[in-house]
Amino acid sequence: MKLSVSIQVNGRTYDREIEPRLLLVHFLRDSIALTGTKIGCDTSQCGACTVLLDDVAVKACTCLAAQADGCSVTTIEGLAPDGRLNALQEAFWTKHGLQCGFCTPGMIFAAQALLRVNGNPSPEQIRHALEGNLCRCTGYQNIVRSVQAAAAAGVR
Amino acid sequence: MATTVAAPARVFGSGIRRREDPRLLTGTARYTADFTLPGQLYAAILRSPHGHARIRKIGSSAAKAAPGVVAVFTGADTEGVLQSIPCAWLVPNSDLKVAPYPPLARDVVRYVGDAVAVVVAESAQQAYDAVELIDVDYQPLPATVDPEHAVKPGAPQLHGEAPNNIAFHWTVAGGDVDAAFKAAEVVVRDRIVQQRLIPTAMETRGALAHYVPATGELTLWNTTQNPHIVRFIMSLVTGIPEDRLRVIAPEVGGGFGSKIPQIQGDFITVFCSMKLGRPVKWIESRSENYQSTTHGRDHVQDVELAATKDGRILGLRCTVWAGMGAYLSTAAPGIPTILHGLMLSGPYKIGAVKEDVYGVYTNTTPVEAYRGAGRPEATFMLERIIDRLADEIGVDPVEVRRRNLIPPFDNGFDVITGLKYDSGNYKGALDKALAHAGYEQLRAEQAEARKKGRYLGIGVSMYVEICGLGPSQVAGAVGFQGGLWESAIVRFHPSGKAHVFIGSSPHGQGEETTFAQIVADELGVSVNDVKVVHGDTDITPMGWGTYGSRTTAVSGAALAIATRKIKEKARLLTSHLLEAAVEDIDYANGKFFVRGFPDRHKTIQDIALMANVAWNMPQGMEPGLEATTSYDPPNFVFPFGAHLAVVEVQPETGHIELKRYVAVDDCGPQINPMIVEGQVHGGVVQGIGQALWEQAVYDANGQLLTGSLADYAIPRADVLPDIEVLSTVTPSPHHPLGVKGIGEAGTIASTCTVYNAVIDALEPFKVQSIQMPLTPERVWRAIAERKGA
Repeated sequence: MKLSVSIQVNGRTYDREIEPRLLLVHFLRDSIALTGTKIGCDTSQCGACTVLLDDVAVKACTCLAAQADGCSVTTIEGLAPDGRLNALQEAFWTKHGLQCGFCTPGMIFAAQALLRVNGNPSPEQIRHALEGNLCRCTGYQNIVRSVQAAAAAGVR
Repeated sequence: MATTVAAPARVFGSGIRRREDPRLLTGTARYTADFTLPGQLYAAILRSPHGHARIRKIGSSAAKAAPGVVAVFTGADTEGVLQSIPCAWLVPNSDLKVAPYPPLARDVVRYVGDAVAVVVAESAQQAYDAVELIDVDYQPLPATVDPEHAVKPGAPQLHGEAPNNIAFHWTVAGGDVDAAFKAAEVVVRDRIVQQRLIPTAMETRGALAHYVPATGELTLWNTTQNPHIVRFIMSLVTGIPEDRLRVIAPEVGGGFGSKIPQIQGDFITVFCSMKLGRPVKWIESRSENYQSTTHGRDHVQDVELAATKDGRILGLRCTVWAGMGAYLSTAAPGIPTILHGLMLSGPYKIGAVKEDVYGVYTNTTPVEAYRGAGRPEATFMLERIIDRLADEIGVDPVEVRRRNLIPPFDNGFDVITGLKYDSGNYKGALDKALAHAGYEQLRAEQAEARKKGRYLGIGVSMYVEICGLGPSQVAGAVGFQGGLWESAIVRFHPSGKAHVFIGSSPHGQGEETTFAQIVADELGVSVNDVKVVHGDTDITPMGWGTYGSRTTAVSGAALAIATRKIKEKARLLTSHLLEAAVEDIDYANGKFFVRGFPDRHKTIQDIALMANVAWNMPQGMEPGLEATTSYDPPNFVFPFGAHLAVVEVQPETGHIELKRYVAVDDCGPQINPMIVEGQVHGGVVQGIGQALWEQAVYDANGQLLTGSLADYAIPRADVLPDIEVLSTVTPSPHHPLGVKGIGEAGTIASTCTVYNAVIDALEPFKVQSIQMPLTPERVWRAIAERKGA
């Protein structure tokens, strides 16, 4: 059995026939070849696949593609369409908030979701907001600094 | 009077932003899983659910008939095609018994995760669906999972080749340890379990193999730290000649040692592509990664220290049972021996040491290097037993360390295990850590807090580590089945932009930036004009890989020397073009000029153009501006440092709050302090993870109970304080840039620093030992037991 879905990703609408069991993360990576969203686990712990779904940060492995039918998704590829990093990406760059880069797309969206609701978070609030996103390289410290810098730059 | 002109800021030593980041920040970087080739198939591997079992029969007809399935292979199919997976560190004088390690299990499975069969299908989903349909008839066998118990009589046996499961017995000794213990006024003992850890790089392992039968050529995209080693080993196992084998390490999402070895899945993927003549991709799930990619640590250590009453260390004696897992992984035997035993004396003058290490086969996932690899286990043992000594003789643990430190030296110090440390100022690092932390005040605060029923603890650990592996002659002498040199090519193009090609293979450490800084600093070009290329064996020169904190130390040295060759050629060409004697050509800030006549100059860009067009070259000079250097280091490098942690323990719950963490590390001159600091942050946190949260747990049958990220606790953002990072600078005397390495330093020091702090907090309860990780339950139980006593 196949389902028809229409999902808007980074402003473009994709109409696809999918298996009902297809996860949103596999839709993004395999059905429409946007591989910037990463898969780091199979138990929804790592957060590497975090994207914005109708402006809410979700782990794309916890959501069926069918559930995103008619919705709008923002992935990492959608943040700098003309090649110019946005202020949040710039902050991660300037503050060395990434090393291997694998957790980074998910971290960016977790940070974005925090800044939407709290434009001036304390380090503790940042750490709490990022606890669902795992990073093995940075020890998180420069990620916290990145989010602080983004907040100071007015990212909301 | 001369006008003072501010020297231009040096790019060496500048914390500039990383060149690799824009692609990583925009989702345009490509990791192995992100590649798709035309006609690509997907492999899913069936893995043993038993720790130890005989395979009676494998029924694969249902899987073969499933939708989309192209083939199902088992161990029998690999007969005559794949050789056994080799072990590449054959530690000498250890009676090493290397058991056959089949890429697909043949008759017996020896750990949960051992590969049993593979399904290749048109889609990943179809492959995974069909794996479920394979019917394997297992006869379960008794298992053994603890390295100390596995050597005892009656324990289940893994391999006929290795009686009592002993893979090797290695000894290191220096000085007269028996005399030291006879002369001792104080002897302290401890039993330490370095629990098994799972490296957990955020990117799991995977491979994409494309074999072309018509040419016999294989291209392999592989999540590896060392593509040239992969090519070598893959060639040995598959028989594909190295000249027809191209290994590409694309973006790699962390390694921490777990991407050094070649694991079963790599060979299986290549095998499938060879059999089917189509590209085949295999990507581990995280649960599969926890079973099939290598683990780390897993030591049981009995250690005893002989000393005088005033805290002078006389000797150290220990026995270690080091779990190897079910098979010997690529570098595994070298880790608890060469990288562990030779570092036993740390930064201290110790006159006698002896260690016996038993490498033991158990029904568990093979172990390999994990960040620090042998050195954290040595540092912990030493730094823990020194705190035991301090407690025994009633002297402050810092003072005991001071009484035993090797005095500062800048060009060689011979230690009891036979190594020659390159340079060190251990007291300098310790003083800096204590001053920054306010040690005396912390002790006063601790005393005050105790009066109020609060339990603060202060822990200190020092370390000296061996890295920058290493002289190839030494590698050969200690049984490493490869070299440890590195090479670099610097190539200037007509427009003055440059490519750098290196054989090592960074995967998050930032050498695309720091190596561009080396060239920029030496030649006055912009960092943005130097592109560093790595991770492709068809393009890059030979190198042995990125591990053991060796990339900057070895590969960076090769690059510095190659860059200096460019500089020398530029000087010669300038002399020719300006018709001046070469002795009169000076260099400053990107310009080669005639001494005393700074206007008569050529920039490196001028020289790049003139060398490439080659219209007017001196007699005998080759066209082009390119240099290659292969560098074999004369010695290892030995970074060091002193770390301090402050914790507070709630005795009612056993909860530990890590309140402060101070790290003073000395890796010599820093090319990019921002990157150094990032390495320290990450390293420290991984070591804290071992102290407080992480443990791979097997049950008695060899079942992995911590088989996913839901069960294995790596550090999260919300459980950590900021790390206070400081440094001292003691250059290595033998490195062309004086630099050492920083990748593993934090991990080596931090586990024992935090552990010592927790035990220090519990001093009123007289708790001396708690098995790691220090979970609240274990801490609470330890306190309760002492209260009961």
